[in-house]
Amino acid sequence: MAPILRSENVTKRFGGLIAVSNFDVEVEEHSISAVIGPNGAGKTTFFNCITGFYVPEEGEIYFGGRTIQGLSPDLITKSGIARTYQNIRLFANMTAIENILVGQHPRLKSSWISSIFKTRGQQEEEALALEEANRLLRYVGLTGLGDQLAHNLPYGAQRRLEIARALASQPVLLLLDEPTAGMNPQESAEMMVFIRTLRDDLGITILLIEHDMRVVMGISEQISVMDFGEKIAEGNPKEIQGNPRVIEAYLGRGAAAGLELETRSNGN
Amino acid sequence: MEEKPRPTWQIILRSGILGGGIAAYLCLVGLVEAFSERFLIGSFLTLGEVMLVTGILIAGLLTARELKDNKILATGSSLLSGVVSSLPLILLIFITMLFVLRPEILGATYNLRDMFVNLSPELVEILTLGQGLDNLALGILLLILLSALMSLLGAAFVLLPRRWSLGLISGIAWVLVIGIFSDTVSQIVRQVAGQGMIRVIFVNEALTPQAAVIIFAIAFVTGFFSVHTRIQTRWEGIPQTQQSRTRMILLLAAFGFLLVLPWVVGLFLSQALFTVGLFVMMCLGLNIVVGYAGLLDLGYVAFFAFGAYTMGILTTTGSLGRGGLNFWMAIPFCILVGVVWGLILGFPVLRLRGDYLAIVTLGFGEIIRILALSDWLAPFEGGAQGVLHIPYPNFLGIIFDSPQYMYYVVIAGGLIAAFVTIRLRESRLGRQWMAMREDEDVAEAMGINLVQTKLLAFAIGASFGALAGGVWAARLGNIFPHSFNLLISINALAVIIIGGMGSIPGVIIGALVLVGMPELLREFTEYRYLMYGILLIIMMLVRPEGLLPEATRRRELHTGEDENFEPVSQQPVGSDR
Repeated sequence: MAPILRSENVTKRFGGLIAVSNFDVEVEEHSISAVIGPNGAGKTTFFNCITGFYVPEEGEIYFGGRTIQGLSPDLITKSGIARTYQNIRLFANMTAIENILVGQHPRLKSSWISSIFKTRGQQEEEALALEEANRLLRYVGLTGLGDQLAHNLPYGAQRRLEIARALASQPVLLLLDEPTAGMNPQESAEMMVFIRTLRDDLGITILLIEHDMRVVMGISEQISVMDFGEKIAEGNPKEIQGNPRVIEAYLGRGAAAGLELETRSNGN
Repeated sequence: MEEKPRPTWQIILRSGILGGGIAAYLCLVGLVEAFSERFLIGSFLTLGEVMLVTGILIAGLLTARELKDNKILATGSSLLSGVVSSLPLILLIFITMLFVLRPEILGATYNLRDMFVNLSPELVEILTLGQGLDNLALGILLLILLSALMSLLGAAFVLLPRRWSLGLISGIAWVLVIGIFSDTVSQIVRQVAGQGMIRVIFVNEALTPQAAVIIFAIAFVTGFFSVHTRIQTRWEGIPQTQQSRTRMILLLAAFGFLLVLPWVVGLFLSQALFTVGLFVMMCLGLNIVVGYAGLLDLGYVAFFAFGAYTMGILTTTGSLGRGGLNFWMAIPFCILVGVVWGLILGFPVLRLRGDYLAIVTLGFGEIIRILALSDWLAPFEGGAQGVLHIPYPNFLGIIFDSPQYMYYVVIAGGLIAAFVTIRLRESRLGRQWMAMREDEDVAEAMGINLVQTKLLAFAIGASFGALAGGVWAARLGNIFPHSFNLLISINALAVIIIGGMGSIPGVIIGALVLVGMPELLREFTEYRYLMYGILLIIMMLVRPEGLLPEATRRRELHTGEDENFEPVSQQPVGSDR
């Protein structure tokens, strides 16, 4: 199967700092893939390159066969990529429903002139959009909270609302930036189940960032490990778990040796 | 939370000095003296006296509020704090005596009045309740007595049973408001009921005693029986269909009222209403830019100027005239010019945010004003001489030469602006603006084209401003560059902030308070800006969201007080689809 997202030699520098260096990744359609790595490895920068917030200095990013690097963020979103943020970035003073309605923006057509005159087409579109927004709200389990301001929602609900807002644009590829950040182990587990349901229900592709390795092992089919901007390993969860370079990146050299022994003895 | 209740003497002292300080301040800036001849009721009560006792009233009110659990203690304490609050005033009397009126006592070699112009013999007269320096002891005694009594009155607002205090407050407030706005009220009464009625209600500028008593009684009764809450409860009892029908009728009545208003209130007030309407129109435009799209624009007056100059040049019968259009034909051009310049300003500032944007737009406003003033453009738009001889609008032979006619133009423009604003607010574009206001980066990541969204905000906002400018030029007949100064931008912004950011009723209320009131309170002349400033400070402290805020904004600033919030129940995820 052809990869839906492919990056080739993507490099992003900030002055002298190389945040992402020659990063290659291939994301299969309908898969759940993950980019993992310690804090500060450059994962979010890589996401920002995909979504157009940064333009990489070198390399190409292909989405659905077309290159997208250099396009502005709104065009990239319109082409079918949606994202969430590590530190939740909802429209804090808008209601939950309004947040989702904004998310639907790329799919709506009516012009501002038609909304001044409230043409039939515009009214129908708005009604449909509202219905869809309510459905998404139910889908992520926030029924009845549509009129709450986003910043008044509890933390977990905000995370889900952010996902609902991303889904509202009906993306082909969903980028989740640390969807379990700040959650306890049980909430994290629930979120992982939810992410899998999402993929199975909607048939979309999901690429997520995590720095907690254990969280992603359960659901990811393909994992790329990033450290200091570079890809240090790639493979399915099993391969990654046993990879000494990965363990080293996470725990340091000394610990890696010890852990390796441990895994080996557990394996036997 | 406070660990220990403050000792009673401290409360008395604090509130007393605070209240007395306010009173002394009002004396020093001259408010008390300036209005010592301005009678509110007959020849009994002057506005100066009201100003003087306001601070003392506050002293009693504050004391009583902190001690209200023990009524007897509170009453006694407020009496005492009234006495305390007279101390700063007594100090003023002595200072005036020693350093202004009788310098020989201490051998003072300078006259303090050179610095504090208001330390005058008249002030001493007022403060000693007419006794003057000859009967100083008696005068001071009377002042202390008055302070104690007024402080007690302040305490009564808090300590009396709720109904009584509501009645008292509304009675006093209505008498004061009608007394202060006597000029306005008498103009309305003249139009409605004729000269004879005025003689019953007003003597010179003051209320007649009997009118004051009647107004007090009516207001007291409505306050006492809290009529408006009763109406509200009754209203909520009515079935929904009937409610909406009543609302419809009320709306129509309000509209009809708006239509006859200029003929009810007379010429002078119509002019004030015209100015208010003009600001409503303009501020609705600024509200789109600042309130919805979150782009802080301090040069909004530029669009007002473009509208005015377009109207001027296209319609004037003077030598600068080009096109020789009439008012109605020129209006679309005003709007068009506003839109074009909105876009022209919009382009260079697309990348700017917050403070930077404010500074650049501020500069833009000044550039336009100075360009209008320059000799370079003078052959085209008159330079410092301005554009003269702009004809009044002419509608089917009626020449709109009085504010009573122009009022309708402004009402029509305001209604259109409000209509467009409401429709856009509810639409996809409105959501784009608000998303951009909340977080520009995320808005872009949601597929929103920032360039287009910002430019639309600037262009639509500018078109309202230019429309207002065009109407204004036609009303005035002559326009000059110096009219388009920064103060207009700031005023417009203040209207939005006071009214409530992003709220249309807020803009109307804001314009009434900040534009209409100063027109009516002409007699306060140099004190207007002091009051304006005090009002702004109080508003920002007490009601930062504005007088009539948008629902969401109210929630945003008062979240902590909202106890009704229910936690999210955990619902099964992915149950739909």
